[in-house]
Amino acid sequence: MGTNAKQVGKAGNNGPSLTRDQFLKAYYDMLLIRRFEEKAGQLYGMGLIGGFCHLYIGQEAVVVGIQMSLKDGDKLITSYRDHGQMLVAGMTPRGVMAELTGRSTGYSHGKGGSMHMFSREKNFYGGHGIVGAQVSLGIGLAFANKYRDTDEVSVAYFGDGAANQGQVYESFNLAALLKLPCIFVIENNRYGMGTAVERASASHELYKNGEPWGIPGKRVDGMDVAAVYAAAEEAVKHCREGKGPYLLEMMTYRYRGHSMSDPAKYRTRDEVDEVRKTRDPIEHVKHILLDSGVTEAELKTMETEIKGIVNDSAEFAQTSPEPDPAELYTDVVLEA
Amino acid sequence: MATEILMPALSPTMTEGKLARWLKKEGDAVNSGDVLAEIETDKATMEVEAIEEGILGRILTAEGTEGVAVNTPIAILVEEGEAVPDNIDTPKSAASAEALPVAQPVASAPVSAPVSAPVEEEKDWGETQEITVREALRDALAAELQRDPDVFLMGEEVAQYQGAYKISQGLLQEFGEKRVIDMPIAEHGFTGMAVGAALTGLKPVVEFMTMNFSMQAIDHIINSAAKTLYMSGGQMGCPIVFRGPNGPASRVGAQHSQCYGSWYAHVPGLKVVVPWSSADAKGLLRAAIRDPNPVVVLENEILYGRKFPCPIDEDFIVPIGKAKIERTGSDVTIVAFSIAVTTALDAAAELAKQGIEAEVINLRSLRPLDTDTIVESVKKTSRLVTVEEGWPFAGIGAEVAMQIIEHAFDWLDAPPARVTGVDVPMPFAANLEKLALPQPEDVVKAALGLM
Repeated sequence: MGTNAKQVGKAGNNGPSLTRDQFLKAYYDMLLIRRFEEKAGQLYGMGLIGGFCHLYIGQEAVVVGIQMSLKDGDKLITSYRDHGQMLVAGMTPRGVMAELTGRSTGYSHGKGGSMHMFSREKNFYGGHGIVGAQVSLGIGLAFANKYRDTDEVSVAYFGDGAANQGQVYESFNLAALLKLPCIFVIENNRYGMGTAVERASASHELYKNGEPWGIPGKRVDGMDVAAVYAAAEEAVKHCREGKGPYLLEMMTYRYRGHSMSDPAKYRTRDEVDEVRKTRDPIEHVKHILLDSGVTEAELKTMETEIKGIVNDSAEFAQTSPEPDPAELYTDVVLEA
Repeated sequence: MATEILMPALSPTMTEGKLARWLKKEGDAVNSGDVLAEIETDKATMEVEAIEEGILGRILTAEGTEGVAVNTPIAILVEEGEAVPDNIDTPKSAASAEALPVAQPVASAPVSAPVSAPVEEEKDWGETQEITVREALRDALAAELQRDPDVFLMGEEVAQYQGAYKISQGLLQEFGEKRVIDMPIAEHGFTGMAVGAALTGLKPVVEFMTMNFSMQAIDHIINSAAKTLYMSGGQMGCPIVFRGPNGPASRVGAQHSQCYGSWYAHVPGLKVVVPWSSADAKGLLRAAIRDPNPVVVLENEILYGRKFPCPIDEDFIVPIGKAKIERTGSDVTIVAFSIAVTTALDAAAELAKQGIEAEVINLRSLRPLDTDTIVESVKKTSRLVTVEEGWPFAGIGAEVAMQIIEHAFDWLDAPPARVTGVDVPMPFAANLEKLALPQPEDVVKAALGLM
């Protein structure tokens, strides 16, 4: 399997395309994630965000395309690279950013941080810092959908690195065995931390990793939001119809380091620049929109609005109080 | 408007770095995401990316400069056509240092506060009937499956096989395959699945064929089940039960003979119960299933077949966090849990022959620990012996002894004594196995040593 930049996201996908309004929404959602993440990186650099911080920049089309196929009640779970998922799930930029800065107004009252955020209301089940754990937990969300006789689906996101965890394959077996409505989304950004996927996995076609259990899999251009959407539509339909799990391998790329403290020794700058120049998911949609008659001015207005939202979230995250010291002892156990 | 570009911190511990190289020069147009410069620390070389678009108006820190403090302005970004302001032309020290939150030690926090929980007095449940611990556990499962449709039982061999130790006998027939679910031998995966289901509000009861196999799944028990309520700021409870036989059985060797009491009791966010009698088993398992938190139920294989009186009242339940005084006495307090309660009672009978009246406390819960009951007893007897089959180091006896030192030191007439499993992996040979486990005579000897 290739590792050069040209092959990022290379996959043939024929399916429903997006309307102009859907492209506009996708553009907005992707740009919101990118600007939010850039701001998070900035706050990290200023020392306002501590600890680990894993940015989603470059991978925006994956969550945005998949979210367009979901409905209320569908459940999401992901790894520690979770800011994008939370924003598309409808969690507020203010609440997410305030959690990043460890403030009382954050989704976890400052007790979770970047990697551990949740929203019961938005059916977002975290934010998990243990690589691969979200896959087993994710089939549990799907188990609950089925146990309650709903047609809701669950989406378990994980990276190419997590795809080597043993529990992922235990989960594939269980999901197939119990016919659980779970969409496994491998976000193959080509590096598990600093280890290239072909240096970590003897299987170079991760979408085939569910085959022994009969789990249909598809490789998708994860830099093309329309391709992601088309594939997600098919996967969601499969799950809603009670046919069991589905595996999508999203060929994507992260522009930033694994976390903020990434020495970037494992890939060249040319590789990163090449993807940015030729495969950027946001630029891609921008060109489609401009070709369809949307004006630069309209996009600029949208961008200004997003900038305002992101700046507001940063301001909120810096001015909100830290948790009250009494919070140290709350939420350990629930009253029986 | 001109914006300062600050020296970033690219790791949690970075305070300064070297500005190795500028990749853009003054007057260059810059887009969000462009790499502006490279910085070096003792650990790594990293890139500084632009977060705004504009023109690189002025470089304030020349390349090659060492020891540039985090948050120092290193360049000024201006908008197209805008002049570079004069008033920021020299690097200044980090201004936001004092605004950074500094962790304050919480000196006044009681270390053991979350462990001890007051519980209301146990009521008298009236008429009893002799049943085995196995029947008691089965009855508890059946009652709770009946009571709440969100409860289900899952594990290896729980359904068609009727339970590896026959705890789930008849439950498949009574409740069907939706509620009693056989699992493949994949503890890590199926425990994660159960925890995921519990996060949505379902109430799984996960049976481990023995608790030894829960080590395959311990990440989900601790990281996923116990911590999520806290990490979510109270949004996501995890009402789940992890249960199975714990501790040494008989002649099954090192990998199948250990006590997880100390392991799980260590973890905030978990509750841990350790039934001894049939009444404990039935009442505590029912309480565990109804509890909104993750509860670990440590059963004992050897006790499964033993008979004890158990209340027949349909509503019978035992509150979590309340110990039981199984025998009253005034001379020494013997604290035990699970099968070691039998050992303690046998020792007490022997001590009575020698004129020493031991008070035997069955802990029933390890977390929260009923410190009050132990303290009250020791204030009466002034002597403490703990008994457990687990290892001594950092064991439950160590914790009980420390609680007494903290809360009843002045009442002690002798140092607390521990009787534990021997600090070795469990041997297979019958004679060695017996030597490795606490015997009544060891408890008698320990108690006499305090007199």
